[in-house]
Amino acid sequence: MPASRLAASSGSSMRSWAIKIVLLGLVDALAVFAMFVLFMQESWIVFGVTLAVTIVINWIYLRPGGLPAKYLAPGLLFLAVFQIFVVVYSGYIAFTNYGDGRNGTKADAIENIQLTSLSRVADSPTYRLQVLEQNGSYSFLVTDPDGDVLVGNPDQPLTEVTNAEIDGTGKAISLDGYTTLSFADLLNNQRAITSLSVPFSDDPADGALRTPDGSNAYVYESALEYDEASDTFTDATGLVYRDGGEGAYVNDDGRELIPGWTINVGFDNFVTAFSNDDIRGPLISVTIWTFAFAILSVATTFILGLFLAIVFNKPGMKGKKVYRLIMILPYAFPAFLSGLVWLGLFNQDFGFINQVIFGGAAIPWLTDPWLAKASVLIVNLWLGFPYMFLICTGALQSIPEELTEAATVDGARPWAVFRLIKFPLLLVSVAPLLISSFAFNFNNFNIIYMLTGGGPRDINAGVDAGATDILITLVYKVAFGEGTGRDYGLASAFAILIFIIVATVSIISFRQTKALEELN
Amino acid sequence: MKVTRSLLATGAMAASAALLLGACAGEAETADPTTAPETPAASSTLTVWVDADRAGVLEDIAAQFEADRGVAVELVTKDFGAIRDDFITQAPTGNGPDVIVGAHDWLGKLVQNGVVAPLELGDTAGDFQDVAITAMSYEGQTYGLPYSVENIAMVRNTDLVAEAPATFDELIAAGQAAGTEYAFLVGLDPAASDPYHLYPLQASFGAPVFEITADGTYDPTTLALGNEGGEQFATKLAEWGSQGILNTNISGDIAREEFIAGKSPFFLTGPWNIPAIQEGGINYAIDPIPTAGGETASPFVGVQGFFVSSRSENTIAATEFLVNYIGSEEVQTALYEVGGRAPALLSAFEAAQADADVAAFGAVGAEGVPMPNVPAMDVVWSDWGSSQVAIINGQGDPVELWRAMVASIQEKVTAG
Repeated sequence: MPASRLAASSGSSMRSWAIKIVLLGLVDALAVFAMFVLFMQESWIVFGVTLAVTIVINWIYLRPGGLPAKYLAPGLLFLAVFQIFVVVYSGYIAFTNYGDGRNGTKADAIENIQLTSLSRVADSPTYRLQVLEQNGSYSFLVTDPDGDVLVGNPDQPLTEVTNAEIDGTGKAISLDGYTTLSFADLLNNQRAITSLSVPFSDDPADGALRTPDGSNAYVYESALEYDEASDTFTDATGLVYRDGGEGAYVNDDGRELIPGWTINVGFDNFVTAFSNDDIRGPLISVTIWTFAFAILSVATTFILGLFLAIVFNKPGMKGKKVYRLIMILPYAFPAFLSGLVWLGLFNQDFGFINQVIFGGAAIPWLTDPWLAKASVLIVNLWLGFPYMFLICTGALQSIPEELTEAATVDGARPWAVFRLIKFPLLLVSVAPLLISSFAFNFNNFNIIYMLTGGGPRDINAGVDAGATDILITLVYKVAFGEGTGRDYGLASAFAILIFIIVATVSIISFRQTKALEELN
Repeated sequence: MKVTRSLLATGAMAASAALLLGACAGEAETADPTTAPETPAASSTLTVWVDADRAGVLEDIAAQFEADRGVAVELVTKDFGAIRDDFITQAPTGNGPDVIVGAHDWLGKLVQNGVVAPLELGDTAGDFQDVAITAMSYEGQTYGLPYSVENIAMVRNTDLVAEAPATFDELIAAGQAAGTEYAFLVGLDPAASDPYHLYPLQASFGAPVFEITADGTYDPTTLALGNEGGEQFATKLAEWGSQGILNTNISGDIAREEFIAGKSPFFLTGPWNIPAIQEGGINYAIDPIPTAGGETASPFVGVQGFFVSSRSENTIAATEFLVNYIGSEEVQTALYEVGGRAPALLSAFEAAQADADVAAFGAVGAEGVPMPNVPAMDVVWSDWGSSQVAIINGQGDPVELWRAMVASIQEKVTAG
């Protein structure tokens, strides 16, 4: 090897080394920053994971050799973050009761119940307030509505004082021996000051003053008392609310305090999914329609796409590129937007379709159960055929011309050539895409939700399930209720069940398509 | 070649590490919101979620607040419709805002999730319209500072019908006599009707949604929909539907366009459509909603306001900002001028009466009741609307459909 080549090669390798070190340094800097934040927040598990990942990344890229790991590491990391973490987290949520009214920790719930149970005694007077500080503890200097001045703190009930300094409005603003807190001082100690409760006397029944804003104090009463030892709330009438084991405090009558908190509920969500009447009732018809919708969507779009692909594949046709471009346009629009546009077109009295195409006929496209099903399929055909057109065009162009020629020479007619040669070869490459298209349409939430919202609803059923609801929209309605509030736990459980259905169908289908590959 | 490869690989690695970091940080705070680091910066910045319309006005008052009180206000502009759910999701992580703008009918959901803190308005409570304070209350606690009230009324094309009719039947007669394409317009939805817009007519039959307790709030456990008045209303709905007076295919947008085109003398709508009607050159008057069932046709009053997060570490600053700044007459008036919604503060509301439209809507709203803010309302809207569609389109006996709806709502309210 000539000396000059060697020098150039080592120069380039030096440069690549430098770039590698800089980029690795950036990653490490980010990781150290992350670990610093995590350390401050005492999130030890995430801290440990970040540390381990950083060390592994450095080891992979700094050691000589081990080329496969260097290629795989970024991909694996993405896989872990975007796929595995999400799936595992959904799985975890499926075993909790996370949802509306159950969206925090128990400690937060207790704090919140205490906060909302405190209220100003109705029609009680306003005490003008100056917060004072003495030896690191806070006191209230209040001017009552009659102009009398009182001072006190949580340990010493309010007593009248006469030597306070009064401002022009008659409000006491300072007292000998105490430091007057400015607004900025208040801001720096907001939690401490808003949690102060200064009693009128040693008897708690006389009430206590609290301040929400640092400049006014009011008599507050608490509707609920928390007892930490027994972990119960007691209200004014003596009713006791206990941790009922379902993520909320309940009394003997079954009344819950809000909010509750998130707990693990085991397989409860899966049991609900199968035993809930709202689901079970319409489940069979919805499941049949879901399969029908997915299969018909794939079939109609594939047939139209294939037909157009064959037509536009004719050699020597003029303006092919322009036509193809126009064909692909529906594919370029966001599906939910198209759904809304079609919703307007289908309007019974004002829509373009009835007004212009059908000359003013009042065809109930979206409100008749069967027409609504047809409408959904028509819109999905419009949205979906460009995809099929694209993949069929690609697949057709990859089939060697010689095969057609050879068949023609053997005396085959065009239809026979297509049916016996082109189509089977086409299926080899297209079949897996048809299966994924089925999986996509099985969960095609956008089109259903935007066009019909699952409706028209069967008004006598009592369950909010409509004629065009597929499983995923039914799940959405049940779990995120326009109904009973959002229930992420139940939604995750359903997502897992739907995943199992789709995965099963896909695996069986892929097995079948293996037979096709033997053609090659 | 080798350079490019390792460059790509390391770049991808950096990106994934950053993403992982983001995910981890979110996780960490979910796990333990109470131990977020106490930094001086955090205690002197108030984070407020507002929608784009309100942001402009609040910028001025935020600057004023910072100059007076030394607390920076960070305004985060969000889509109004997304604020409620985002807030419910984010507040428990400790990363949510201190203050949000919102509608009063969110309150039930916010309280149910424990994300909103009570707000003591002190002696200023009496300065607001009663309906606004009632709307901002839930189970006896006041939670928000109201800034606007709005309600619907009957908008009349004065060129087509000169006098305001006294009853809904007279309105229909006058509308038919005017010889226009529609006797009366109201925006509905083919799947969900619009119980909000039809409520005044229902109320005139003496059928509110829930029973109203002595203190003026709703009792969410006792439905009043199913009383005799409700069934009479259902019968009427079917009648109006068969006569074509109500048409579920006329959406809000279509109704507005047709009214502006002069195709109907009456349009049941709110202040939000007035600018378009003015632009369309229609001579209009805003009338009380005529009664259909004999009693007052009281509309729902919607109240917008500001709420403080229960996880806020800045409650004193937030309370000060809301009560003494947002609650001031200047800000209430400025918010009214930008949004066109009548102010909730009485003094600002009276000043706004100079505008005839505001005064007219306000007079109708004085007869109104706050839209229920209980969490169960989500259930009610959905069943209520789809049953109205079925009744209007004659898909069964109106009274039976109404009874089935009441039974279904009652079941869900009891369960939920």
